[in-house]
Amino acid sequence: MERRRQRTQQIASRAVQIGFLLALFALWYLATNRWGVNHLLLPNPIAVWHQLMDVLSTGEYLPDLRVTLTEVAAAFAIAVTSGTLVGYVVSRSRYLIRVFEPLFAGIYSIPIILFLPLYVLFFGLGPTSKIALGTTISFFPIVLSTIAGFSNVDRVLVTAARSMGASDYQMFRFVLLPAALPVILSGLRMGFTVALLSIIGSETIASLAGLGHHIVQLAEGMDMARMFAYIAFVVVIAALLNGVVSTLEARGRLR
Amino acid sequence: MKHSAPRQFLLRHPGLMRLGVIIAILVLWEIAARFLIDPLFIAPPSRVVASLGTVWHTTGVPAALRLTFFELAVAFAIAVVLGLTLGLAIGLQPFARRSVMPIVLLLYGMPQITILPIFILYFGIGAASKIAFGVSHGTFPIIIAIVAGVQNMKPILLASARSMGASRWQILRWVIFPHMIPSFFAGMRLGMSGVLLGVLLAELYVSTAGIGHFTTMFTESFDPTKLFGLIGMLAAMAIVLNELVRRAEIRFGRWR
Repeated sequence: MERRRQRTQQIASRAVQIGFLLALFALWYLATNRWGVNHLLLPNPIAVWHQLMDVLSTGEYLPDLRVTLTEVAAAFAIAVTSGTLVGYVVSRSRYLIRVFEPLFAGIYSIPIILFLPLYVLFFGLGPTSKIALGTTISFFPIVLSTIAGFSNVDRVLVTAARSMGASDYQMFRFVLLPAALPVILSGLRMGFTVALLSIIGSETIASLAGLGHHIVQLAEGMDMARMFAYIAFVVVIAALLNGVVSTLEARGRLR
Repeated sequence: MKHSAPRQFLLRHPGLMRLGVIIAILVLWEIAARFLIDPLFIAPPSRVVASLGTVWHTTGVPAALRLTFFELAVAFAIAVVLGLTLGLAIGLQPFARRSVMPIVLLLYGMPQITILPIFILYFGIGAASKIAFGVSHGTFPIIIAIVAGVQNMKPILLASARSMGASRWQILRWVIFPHMIPSFFAGMRLGMSGVLLGVLLAELYVSTAGIGHFTTMFTESFDPTKLFGLIGMLAAMAIVLNELVRRAEIRFGRWR
């Protein structure tokens, strides 16, 4: 009985979700086709669909996608390397943690996107400023989680390994790293998400190329249907990337 | 082990060491900006501090800072009201929670920056678009925190209140509301960082009278001293706002 009731409820909540999406699309369709909402404000969903197919089939997104992905990869790689290294070194001493942890946490709470004009002034409009900003923004969650991960390893484990004569390398490889990994991995995932967001964001605000830049170009050209299609494309790409990273994180945890 | 006195002193006071690190960074920055890097791109901290007065007296800057503060305040207020109402509406109803929450999480996970041009199109390039974008960034974390707060409430408390004959309103006032306070303030803090992000993104994207207008102007005229000064003021504003909600969270979050 209980199980059946749960199933009915599950189906009902799915129905609400699907109904919500359907209602949204129906409203969108009616608003543009029947009630005459201006196409410059809200393009027709069917037109958007055709534009999306066109974007996908012509492959015109490839150069922008390549620019954005390169920027994200570079920024994330630098942030991971520097963040985990600095975090590990700081986590080795209680004193250093007390000196640096509040400093990093304090900077992390400032909206760093605010410094974008400085980065643009210093690094130019090209990909360098995006990489630099993305690196800065994703450095902080990574370094903070690395510090948290390595500094909260159970004392008993460390003492036990030490007394059994583990070398420094063995200690790192078989005690510290496995214990700290889950926390570090969630920091890495967060770092990736914010790097991706801040890079698309800074492309939107000031840039020469990239997915964010392309959306702005379409907006300025008042090419609404194509812009909506392009936004959908970028949202899906971002969701895919975040999904891949979450899966990798879950896998890493299982080890 | 012999340590000199000052070293001992620093070892006992990590806060002072932290201050030392900050000062060292400022000194390095000063040296780099004065001697190593083209002054068109970076300004030494001493000159930035000296220029704060000039920035403040640039025509329009005080008004722009006021406008940005106004946008932040209005967006935050709307986000809190919206987030609280929607969060309670979704959280208090198990069925609503199960059916609507995935939609909320889906929307929250979407990179909202991609739809910034649509916000500008609908709300114009004035303050309204910044407020709207701030609200859309700030509401979702508040909803999620509130729903989590309701969800974590012990069912036994509700059941015992009901069995002792409390009315719906009494349960809301005396059981749910006090339990919501910690998650409410946690949501406020997350909402504030969301609002800051949204408003600042929209300001930097396009602005006629807000700070975005001046950052663009100072960048295009290669005036790093004023740019650093203005951004410093904004960062100070952001830190103060963040700190206010964080203090409120600590102050009201531990009533138990």
